[in-house]
Amino acid sequence: MTAAAAPAATEVPDQVCTFRVDGLFLGIDVGQVQEVLRPQPMTPVPGAPDAVRGLINLRGQIVAAVDLRRRLDLSADGPEERLNVVVTSRDEVVSLLVDDIGDVLDTRGATAEPVPANLPAAVQDVVTGALPLPGSILLLVDADRATEVPTPTDVRHPQPADGGTP
Amino acid sequence: MDDDAEIVAEFLVESHENLDQLDRDLVALERDPGSRELLSGVFRAIHTIKGTSGFLALGRLEALTHVGENLLARLRDGQLRLDTEIAGSLLRLVDTVRALLAVIERTGTDTDPSVPAEAVAEELARLLEGRPAPEAEEPDEAEPSEPSGQSEPREEPAEPEQPSADEPVGSPSVVDASVRVDVDLLDSLVQMVGELVLTRNQILQRCDAAADAELVRASQRLDLVASELQEGVMRTRMQPIGQVWAKMPRVVRDLAHQLGREVELRLEGHDTELDRSLLDALKGPLTHLVRNALDHGIEPPEERAAAGKGRAGTLALRAFHENGQVVVEVTDDGRGLDPARIGRIALDREVVTADALRRMEPREVLDLVFRPGFSTAREVTNVSGRGVGMDVVRTNIDRIGGSVDLVSTPGAGTTVRVRIPLTLAIIPALVVGEGGERYAIPQANLVELVRLGGSGTEQDLEVVAGAPVLRLRGRLLPLVHLGRALGAGTDAGDAVTVVVVQADDVRFGLCVSEVHDTQEIVVKPIGRQLRGLPMYAGATIMGDGRVALILDVAGLAPAAATATAPAVAAVETDRRSAEDAEGLLVVEVAPGHRAALPLAAVSRLEELPTATVERAGPADVVQYRDGILPLLHLAPLIGLEDAGPAGREDVLSVVVHDSWSGPVGIVIDRVLDVVEERYVVTDVGRRAGVLGSAVVQGRVTELVDLDVLVGQLAGAGR
Repeated sequence: MTAAAAPAATEVPDQVCTFRVDGLFLGIDVGQVQEVLRPQPMTPVPGAPDAVRGLINLRGQIVAAVDLRRRLDLSADGPEERLNVVVTSRDEVVSLLVDDIGDVLDTRGATAEPVPANLPAAVQDVVTGALPLPGSILLLVDADRATEVPTPTDVRHPQPADGGTP
Repeated sequence: MDDDAEIVAEFLVESHENLDQLDRDLVALERDPGSRELLSGVFRAIHTIKGTSGFLALGRLEALTHVGENLLARLRDGQLRLDTEIAGSLLRLVDTVRALLAVIERTGTDTDPSVPAEAVAEELARLLEGRPAPEAEEPDEAEPSEPSGQSEPREEPAEPEQPSADEPVGSPSVVDASVRVDVDLLDSLVQMVGELVLTRNQILQRCDAAADAELVRASQRLDLVASELQEGVMRTRMQPIGQVWAKMPRVVRDLAHQLGREVELRLEGHDTELDRSLLDALKGPLTHLVRNALDHGIEPPEERAAAGKGRAGTLALRAFHENGQVVVEVTDDGRGLDPARIGRIALDREVVTADALRRMEPREVLDLVFRPGFSTAREVTNVSGRGVGMDVVRTNIDRIGGSVDLVSTPGAGTTVRVRIPLTLAIIPALVVGEGGERYAIPQANLVELVRLGGSGTEQDLEVVAGAPVLRLRGRLLPLVHLGRALGAGTDAGDAVTVVVVQADDVRFGLCVSEVHDTQEIVVKPIGRQLRGLPMYAGATIMGDGRVALILDVAGLAPAAATATAPAVAAVETDRRSAEDAEGLLVVEVAPGHRAALPLAAVSRLEELPTATVERAGPADVVQYRDGILPLLHLAPLIGLEDAGPAGREDVLSVVVHDSWSGPVGIVIDRVLDVVEERYVVTDVGRRAGVLGSAVVQGRVTELVDLDVLVGQLAGAGR
């Protein structure tokens, strides 16, 4: 997770789908992006981990929406309406909520720098490498890690003490 | 016999498929003789046929495949090398097996002497032993007797397509009567039908408001067709439980042998169908329950004889449909579960603390067997008693949306009842609203709806020690506010309806602010991010396209238990001293002797012919609603002389009470009246089984303590 851990030069995908979240310029391998959607009606899930904003109906499939601002531990106030970057991860479809969508960039042959060690831990957890582009720095997001949210241990009902009546 | 025929048919279909694959594999094998993968495949196929034919007592087929299997094992282990001679023999084996299968299909047995099974087996055995060929002409004796349609397999096996090409095709056989469909295809069909049902719901909603009569008609047709299609597709996934039953005689026989038990197995409800995925999920737990029943339930013959029972125990497996669920019961007439012993073991294994144990009711003590790390086996056997057991059964059944409960009478036996849904894909559910969102409650968990705030109901809602409870027909029901249970933080102010729900044996009321309607919902999984939340069973899509969460009542139950359990106890102790106005059933126990039971504890009144009373151990029982109802004669239990029935001698008046250990029939002389009046319980006449006396309808009436009576029933067995 630190810079030292990534000397094996993270693979850079040929093309990345870019988007912005709280000023960060992020990208995901287009191969993992299923589609990009306008804001969708969302059903909140009480008790769910903070980063899960709710469930959306994607043509009959129910998809959890992960708020990248919260996942990356960034400021929670962004635009009211977020766009959905729908990705496939571990055979499941998950939507990542982002502020704004950018272009698909051709990154063939580029080399990724290790993630700078001074980035916040939550960002380091999700980002696998950094591409210094003219005018901006593109952070490569790992879809599997981005869609992984901490297990909601605190929302479980308090279990009765050992031997209590169930 | 029917079952056997079914098994044989299944075996034939399966074996024919295996043989087709074998042909292909053997040919491929000849080109690539070293392939362990192919060899293992061939070995497995022959092994499967051998195993099943042994089970079906098809001796010749078994003997033949046995030799083939041995030869293949050598090949697989590299001790023999596949050459054209061996390959030829193997192909001949396949042909002969096929011929035998054809005979079995025609006659039901494999004894037709026209099939040269022994000759082929002999040839294989020769190869196995590495003996040289007795000149290529020798195995001639096998040839003339080949079935007519069979090709000549002795010629150079370099053209192996031939044998399979001209397989005899007669009248439509079992193999043609059914089509095997890939499970994935079925699953995707189910999914698409699910989509269709959702779309139909959407269209119906729109059409309700539409003025176009033609459109309305079309939508009604769509409704009908979609429903029938749904039913049809669901049925394709349904399989009779007989498939599982069919394996049981063998399992039970082997286990009984191993454990030194004498067991008579009774199987009922072969035709009960359920979704194949559920059937698969049921197999493991069911086998475990059967093992448990034999190992821990049914006693060794000597012990049974000493206890005055028949030497052979009875194990009954029953399956039936009830309320849209499949119920599977495993009943033994063994030694039963003794709450005291369970409690001791639970203490030993530190499953429970002594303090907690003391507070438990007998039923809760029995429930301890479902705790992880609990196993009552006195010694570890290789059958059961490895410390995993009932908890795994419960976990597995829970996972498929079912429940397990256990009823036991010490000395008389145990019944484990497993309830599972018919299908997981589409279920009826009640849709409720809370905090602006909708939630679906599976119909299977639904007991009733109670509207609050109506006339006279307000005082029924009480808060005890901070926990809300509802007085419902004399019982106290813990209430949970849905919004709060989910942690949504909405206020309980506007909750007007109590949805009474039940999961396992926990019953509680969910307060919700709106109740929508009942509808068929398609259960869809929610992402892995949300899988840790116990209160949701999944999600579904509503008619307007929005997502609604499906509540998992069992997952919500802990919220109810922690919120109100102490409160219920507190109220209950109060009740005994204070005056109350609950309904009473007044009965005559002995001539001129009045007693009363709380009406809430009475589930039915029955008149049963005396002739139907049977004996089970020391107790009188009757067969009642597909089960066994133990009878308690009230008079002797509360210290009165049993003067015999006062009325007609051929009929027993029985009050059926749903106790914690199942229904119990309380035998009385006759029912006098049902009253609802205030009364004061005094200590006069207080004794075991009698709470005291009260003046009811102007006459002194003894109040029966049902808990104590039922407790005596449980304790009476030795």
